[in-house]
Amino acid sequence: MTVDPYVLHINGADHPVVDGRIDESLLWVLRERLELPGSKNACEEGECGSCTVRLDDEIVCSCLVLAASAAGRRITTIEGLAAEGELADVQQAFIDAGAVQCGFCTPGLLVAIDRLLDDHPDPEELTVQEAISGNLCRCTGYGRILAAVQLAAAARRGSETQAVVR
Amino acid sequence: MSVVTTPQRIDRTGRVGENAPRPDGIPKVTGDFAFSGDFRHAGMLWGGTLRSPHPSARVLSVDVSRALAMTGVHAALTWEDVPGSLHYGLEHPDQPVLADGVVRYQGEPVAVVAADHPDTVRRALDAIVVDYRELQPLIDPELAEEAPPIHPDGNLIRRIQLRHGPQEAVGDVAVEGTYEVGMQDQAPLGTESGLAVPDDRGGVDLYVSTQDLHADRDQVAACLGLEPEAVRLTLAGVGGAFGAREDISLHVHLCLLALRTGRPVKMSYSRTESFHGHVHRHPARMWYRHHARADGTLVRVEARLLFDGGAYASTSSAVLANATCFAVGPYRVDSAQIEGVAVRTNNPPCGAMRGFGCVQVCFAHEAQMDRLADALGMDPVELRLANALEPGDRIITGQRITGTAPVAEVIRSCADHPSAAARSDNPMSRPGGAGRTADVEHVVRGEALAVGFKNLMFSEGFDDYSTAACRLADGVATITSACAEVGQGFVTLAHQIAHEVLGVDEVVLAPVSTATIASAGSTSASRQTWMSGGAVQAACEAVRARLLDRVAAAHGVPVDDLVLVDGRVAALSGAFEMDLAEATAQPVEAEEVYRHAPTVALDDDGQGDAHVSFAFSAHRAIVDVDVDLGLVKVVELTTSQDVGRVLNPLQVIGQLEGGAAQGIGLAVLEELQVAEGRILNPSFTDYLLPTALDMPPVEIAALIEQPEPGAPFGAKGVGEPPTISSTAAVAAAVRRATGLDLPRVPIRPADIAFRGGTGQRPTGEDPS
Repeated sequence: MTVDPYVLHINGADHPVVDGRIDESLLWVLRERLELPGSKNACEEGECGSCTVRLDDEIVCSCLVLAASAAGRRITTIEGLAAEGELADVQQAFIDAGAVQCGFCTPGLLVAIDRLLDDHPDPEELTVQEAISGNLCRCTGYGRILAAVQLAAAARRGSETQAVVR
Repeated sequence: MSVVTTPQRIDRTGRVGENAPRPDGIPKVTGDFAFSGDFRHAGMLWGGTLRSPHPSARVLSVDVSRALAMTGVHAALTWEDVPGSLHYGLEHPDQPVLADGVVRYQGEPVAVVAADHPDTVRRALDAIVVDYRELQPLIDPELAEEAPPIHPDGNLIRRIQLRHGPQEAVGDVAVEGTYEVGMQDQAPLGTESGLAVPDDRGGVDLYVSTQDLHADRDQVAACLGLEPEAVRLTLAGVGGAFGAREDISLHVHLCLLALRTGRPVKMSYSRTESFHGHVHRHPARMWYRHHARADGTLVRVEARLLFDGGAYASTSSAVLANATCFAVGPYRVDSAQIEGVAVRTNNPPCGAMRGFGCVQVCFAHEAQMDRLADALGMDPVELRLANALEPGDRIITGQRITGTAPVAEVIRSCADHPSAAARSDNPMSRPGGAGRTADVEHVVRGEALAVGFKNLMFSEGFDDYSTAACRLADGVATITSACAEVGQGFVTLAHQIAHEVLGVDEVVLAPVSTATIASAGSTSASRQTWMSGGAVQAACEAVRARLLDRVAAAHGVPVDDLVLVDGRVAALSGAFEMDLAEATAQPVEAEEVYRHAPTVALDDDGQGDAHVSFAFSAHRAIVDVDVDLGLVKVVELTTSQDVGRVLNPLQVIGQLEGGAAQGIGLAVLEELQVAEGRILNPSFTDYLLPTALDMPPVEIAALIEQPEPGAPFGAKGVGEPPTISSTAAVAAAVRRATGLDLPRVPIRPADIAFRGGTGQRPTGEDPS
């Protein structure tokens, strides 16, 4: 059953959804209707965090959100974490720290960690572990991911300090 | 949010031994990297699979007419629509593409459908009527050999009777134990997915995640009844593998649907379907008896190993060979009798998973070594050191170790490494997490060490090779190899090797496809660094030699006078120097095939030089256990590993940490629970993978660098050892903490709670 057209506000742009079905998840609409496949599907029941996106300031598993219910919210996906041609601090840190292997969990983790650092500019290890315990990674054992978080946090603190000095 | 500006391609690769960045790193962090489930195609249909709900049944009829009549359904196929071979298999073609009259495990594919939307696919699958006559499933592997055959090939997949040395040897002390390992799943985060696109000549292109494109291609082509050249496989982004992608899954189904409908077809398994759609690590039952002299010298080991292969053979016979050959661990013992048996049952099919047969026996032989140490009153580390294999020793297949074997070094460095584990007051760090531990005062700590080893590359006479091509043009090296990058970082090493040999900064990896180059073999058995690394090195060296010959001839200088370094061709005499881009304005190309030293089959006594090389590792685990609730917190894991040579330190660390996580999972968390042939927990809600909170810090005590003779750059594969000894170490530490025997992994809360764990060391008496 199709629903009336609605608009999703994603990464700063409006995306109309036409001929959508009412039971489609935000993850499905992102991936299959709007050609934003960066968010991944590994469990479709909110256990793995591969589909993590930001709804306003809230971190959600997009597989558990009905797409139409996200109309009117500010949606940030991995594709919108940095401007075109640039890398966000967390993205650069993942590369530098060796936190990327197969890369399937990476988009969800990056969105979650980017949000974490907003509230915790200098997070303790246990805080990070708890914050990302909803994001499964099967390759890394999390060691390099935790290292990447510290790198990204230091970079972000550094850039903010510079901003104040300027 | 702060932003770092970074170019979109790697312009700085590293030399061998450096932390070169991954060439696929940027697309993987921006979301641009195309995994196999991310492909779309104009006019694309969706595919789906109808699976048997029964572990054993006759299929009396399959009626797809109602599905075919539905709007939006374009095809509904059964075994009668398979034009070529009805069966496939990596080692033995014994598995039906679609059930032909019998289903032998729950989840076996019966029919496939293509339709315009996944919802239509689901409804069409529901509309297919299958008339099953249920049979009593064969679920106990102990009964398999006597039971009526569940498959025309019989219920015995393989038996190996290994006999080594004098069979009557006895020592002063004997310890005996029976051990069990549950069924672990590889659980790569990316589920099986792919896209098949028919061409206009009756052939098909398949974009799929896999560990071995060419082995897949050959099986798919045989089932489609097509020449191999008419079936082209291209590697799509692989969301992890760990053995789950050695066998084909949806490959033939997708191609059948695409060829029937004349349209591109995409399929993507759900997590539940994925648990049913690939093989698992073999559950094993293992009986052992170790004989030793009073001074700790191992005299003889007897063992019987029973591996449940499930319904189809997959790689069971190679897994069993590993379990049998490495049954005693990395120890010198002159007398052994090991009976390895792999059987067929109506349980889920089992096959490859990281560690490949060595994980199960390591758990058992290390438990035996601890039991022996207790019986002898010896320190368990000293007992291991006293028996540690050395170069020149023979393993129980009679094969002499001609390469490196730093067993004592990995044990000693791991055991001596200072522990950083303190007792944390944070409730989050307790067993079970915040608020779960019953009584903090009852939490006990245990520490133990385990050692393991494994073969690298394929064994038993397999013609194991890898092909690579290099093209150097305008100063840019293009490498072509069909090696499947599954996350391990071969793409980085290929860059590093090309850079090392050719002195070029700019390296491009061509798309990975069966259409452009011959096989690189499987991304498994810790073999690609050695095999495809060796092929890339050989291809680059051939290009280098051809280029220098050409330049030498053109300039009338001896070739020995020329060097290729830092993007320049230079004469040592100083006669001339030219830019590499200029020197390769006319391209230079080479394709090379790399083979490792040949191996032979095992003889009737399980003897022979069946393996190429061996890699060793040790883990020391420290655990906290809540004995009231049976909860375990792994506090720290320390490891040393025999790596030959480190080619990329960060990637090695990534393998050691990631492999250890899978080992911890098997020790205390992960088990596919199977009852009456049915999987009870096929979801991430119920199959528990280690999270960031479950993982302790992994301390790397030592990477033992003793270059392996014959290995490109001296490097051994590093992927599997971390998964082998970690499980055994964690289980042993829980034993030390609780005083319980704990002969089974994963250790479940009920194995500890209410079992009277005392926190005392085990006494080492024989189990009754």
